[in-house]
Amino acid sequence: MMKKITALLLAMVMVFALCACGNNSDDKKTDDNADASKIKVGFIFLHDENSTYDLNFMNAAEAACKNLGLDESQYVFKKNIPEDQKCYDAAAELAEEGCNIIFADSFGHESYIIEAAKEFPDVQFCHSTGTLAHTEKLANYHNAFASIYEGRYLAGIAAGLKLNEMIANGDFTADEAKMGYVGAFTYAEVMSGYTSFFLGARSVCPTVTMDVTFTGSWYDETAEKEAANTLIKNGCKLISQHADSMGAPTACETAGVPNVSYNGSTESACPNTFIVSSRIDWTPYYEYAIKAVMNGETIDTDWTGTLKTGSVVLTDVNEKAAAAGTAEAIAEAKAKLEDGSLNVFDTATFTVDGKKLDSYMADVDTDKDYTKDTEVVENGVFYESKFRSAPYFDVMIDGINLLDTNFGS
Amino acid sequence: MNNNSKEPLFHIVKRGTLPWYKAWGIRLLAVVIALIVCAIVTMTVTGENPIQVYATMIDSSFGSERKVWILAQNTAMLLGVSLAVTPAFRMKFWNIGGEGQILAGCLAAAACMICLADTVPNGLLIVISAVASIIAGAIWGGIPAFFKAKWNTNETLFTLMMNYVATQLVAFFVIIWEVPKGAGQIGIINQSTQIGWLPQIGGNKYMLNVIIILVLTVAVYIYLNYSKHGYELSVVGESERTARYVGIKVEKVIIRTMLLSGAICGIVGFLLVSGTDHTLSTSLSGGRGFTAVMISWLAKFNPIIMIFASMLLAFLDKGASAISTNFGLNHSFSDILTGIILFFIIGCEFFISYKLSFRKSAGKEAAENV
Repeated sequence: MMKKITALLLAMVMVFALCACGNNSDDKKTDDNADASKIKVGFIFLHDENSTYDLNFMNAAEAACKNLGLDESQYVFKKNIPEDQKCYDAAAELAEEGCNIIFADSFGHESYIIEAAKEFPDVQFCHSTGTLAHTEKLANYHNAFASIYEGRYLAGIAAGLKLNEMIANGDFTADEAKMGYVGAFTYAEVMSGYTSFFLGARSVCPTVTMDVTFTGSWYDETAEKEAANTLIKNGCKLISQHADSMGAPTACETAGVPNVSYNGSTESACPNTFIVSSRIDWTPYYEYAIKAVMNGETIDTDWTGTLKTGSVVLTDVNEKAAAAGTAEAIAEAKAKLEDGSLNVFDTATFTVDGKKLDSYMADVDTDKDYTKDTEVVENGVFYESKFRSAPYFDVMIDGINLLDTNFGS
Repeated sequence: MNNNSKEPLFHIVKRGTLPWYKAWGIRLLAVVIALIVCAIVTMTVTGENPIQVYATMIDSSFGSERKVWILAQNTAMLLGVSLAVTPAFRMKFWNIGGEGQILAGCLAAAACMICLADTVPNGLLIVISAVASIIAGAIWGGIPAFFKAKWNTNETLFTLMMNYVATQLVAFFVIIWEVPKGAGQIGIINQSTQIGWLPQIGGNKYMLNVIIILVLTVAVYIYLNYSKHGYELSVVGESERTARYVGIKVEKVIIRTMLLSGAICGIVGFLLVSGTDHTLSTSLSGGRGFTAVMISWLAKFNPIIMIFASMLLAFLDKGASAISTNFGLNHSFSDILTGIILFFIIGCEFFISYKLSFRKSAGKEAAENV
C-alpha cells in the first residue's frame, strides 16, 4: 500500500513538473554534459522504406542519431511492426535490450506502447501522432506531433496562386475554381489538414471551393488513383492528398492536373504537375527527446513541433508547375505565421452553416463516447494543437464539400 | 522397334511405409538442404554472411526469456487453430474457414468485454466471454456443416466465404467501437481497468494461453484416437458409404465435428482477445486459419507432431522478420526464405511416400563410363 502511495505521489510530482515546463521546447542547457556513449535508442516503424510515411520517420531518426554523435550500435530500427500485440512485444524487446528511449511512429501503436511504458518505468516511450499521453499521466510516456496545418496552409497558398494563374489564362472562370482532396479517413488529423489547405488557398483565391473524398486507408495506391481521377472528372482543377501512396500524384501527372503533395517531393515522378509539398520533419523532436534523456531531463508530455522548431517544412517550389511569385508569397505568410500575426484557423476567415464559429468544444481527452470536453475557440481563433499535440479540428466549414465519409476500416 | 529406348530415364514408385527413423531422416535432410539453398540465395542476392543470418533467426526466437515466451505464444495460437481444423480434415471436410471462426470468437469476446464491463463481476465476465466465443466459433463452423449435411453444398467454398463475412462483421463493429472517432481502430479494450482480461500466472502474459492450448492438444489427441466420436469421423472420412452401412449417422457426425472445429477456433479467438491482444481488428487472426491447414497436413493430422510443426512455422515467421530488421533487408526477402524452407519441407513428403527408380541400363552405362 505504501508503495502505491509513493508511486502515486511520485507520478503526481512528475506531472506537475511537466506542467511547469509547459511547451517550452528550447534547450537551455548546452550539450557539454550530455553523455552520448551510454544511451541506446529504439525505433518502431509500421512499415519499411517503401512507405513514404515511414521513410520520413526513418530519415529523421537517422539524421537525429547522427547529429547527436550516436554510432550504429546505439540505435535499433524495428520495421514492419503492426498495430497489435507485436508492437508491445517489439517495445518490450527493445527495452530489455537496453534502450533508454523508444519511439513509435504510427497512431495505432499507441495503446501497446502504453502497455510497455507501464511495464518499464525507467525507459522513456515517445509516441508520434498519439492522443493519450496527457490523460494517461504516465511519467515515462509522451506524445508528439507538429503543427502541420501551418505547412498545409502555406501549400494551400501555392494552390490558390496556381488557380489564379489558370483563371487569368482563361482556362476556366473564377466561379469554376474547384480543388479536389483525397483523404484517408474522416478523422481530425485529415480534416484539420484539408481545412487548413483550403483556407490557405482561399486566402489568395476567394472564389475557390473544394471537394473531398476518402479512401478509407492510409495506403491504397489504386483507391487513391481512382479517387483523384473521379475528382478530376468532376471538374476539380487542382488536387491535393493526405494519404501515403503515389496514387493521386501519378493520376494528376497523367491527366496534366496540378498537384500539391504531402510527405515529401513527388517532383521526380511528376515533373510537370508537382507544385510543392509539406511534411513533418521529425528530426528536431528526436533530437530534443534523446538529448533530454542524455541530460536526465524530463520530456514534454505533449510536444508540438512548429515552423519555428523546424518540424514543419515545405519542399522547394517547382517553378515549372507553380505560378510566378509562389515562393515569395509562401515566405511572406510563413513569417506572419511564425510571429503570430496570422492564425490559420482565424474564425473571421470561415463560417460553419453560414455562421461564425464563436465557441467549439473539441474531443481533446480521448474516450470511447467521443465526449466533447474542451473549449478550443479563444479570442476569435480556433487553437489547434494547443491542448494536446495531435490535431482535434474536426469542424466541417462552408465551401468544402464532402463527397463521402469514411470513419474507418 | 527397340522397346528399351521407350523406357523413361526414371519412374516413380510408391513406397511401402517407411520406418519412422528413415522418414524423419528424409525430413531432416530436407531442412538441411533448405538451409543450404537459403544460404546460397542470401549470399548471392544480398552479400550477407548466411551464418550470421541464421544466428539472427535463432536469436530472434531464443535470445531472451521474453523471446522464448513470444515463440511459445505464437506456437500455441497456431497449434490451437491446427487442432481445430484437424477433426474436420480427418473427416475429409475441408474446413478452410478457420480464419472466420477465430474472428467470430474474437468478436464475441470483444463484445462481452466492451458491453458488459461494469455490469457483472470480472470473474463472471471472463466466463461469459469464453462461453460466447466458443458458441460464436461453433456457429460459424456449424453453418457450412449444416448445409453440407442437408444439401451437400461444397464446404471448401462455403467455409472460405464465411471468412469474408466474419471479416466484414468485425470491420463493421470496429467502426462502431472505434476510439477516437474516425481512427478505424479500437485500441486496447479496458486498458486502465483490465476488465475482462484473463489473469496472468506469475506476471507472465503468455503462460496461461500456452497451458490451455497444451491441455487442448492432449484432449484432441484423445478425442481423435481413443473416443467413439473420433473413430466415427475417421470412418466418415474414409468412406461415407461404409459409414452409412455400419449405421453411423453421417449428417450428425459432420455437424458435430464442425461444431467442435469451430468451437476450438472460438477458444483461440477468446485467448487472443481476452488473453493477450485485448483488442479487436480484422487482422487479429493473422492468417492463422490458413497456416493451420498446412500445419495439420504436415503433421499428418497428429496433434503431438503439430506442436513441432507449429513451432517451426512460428520460428520461421519470427526469424524472417528479424532478418529484415537486422540486415536492413526488405520484408519480402524474409518471405522468400520462408518460402524456400517450406518448399523443401512439403516437397520431402513426396520422397517419403514415393521413390524414384532409375532405368537400369542408364545406371549401368553410367557405371561403365566412370
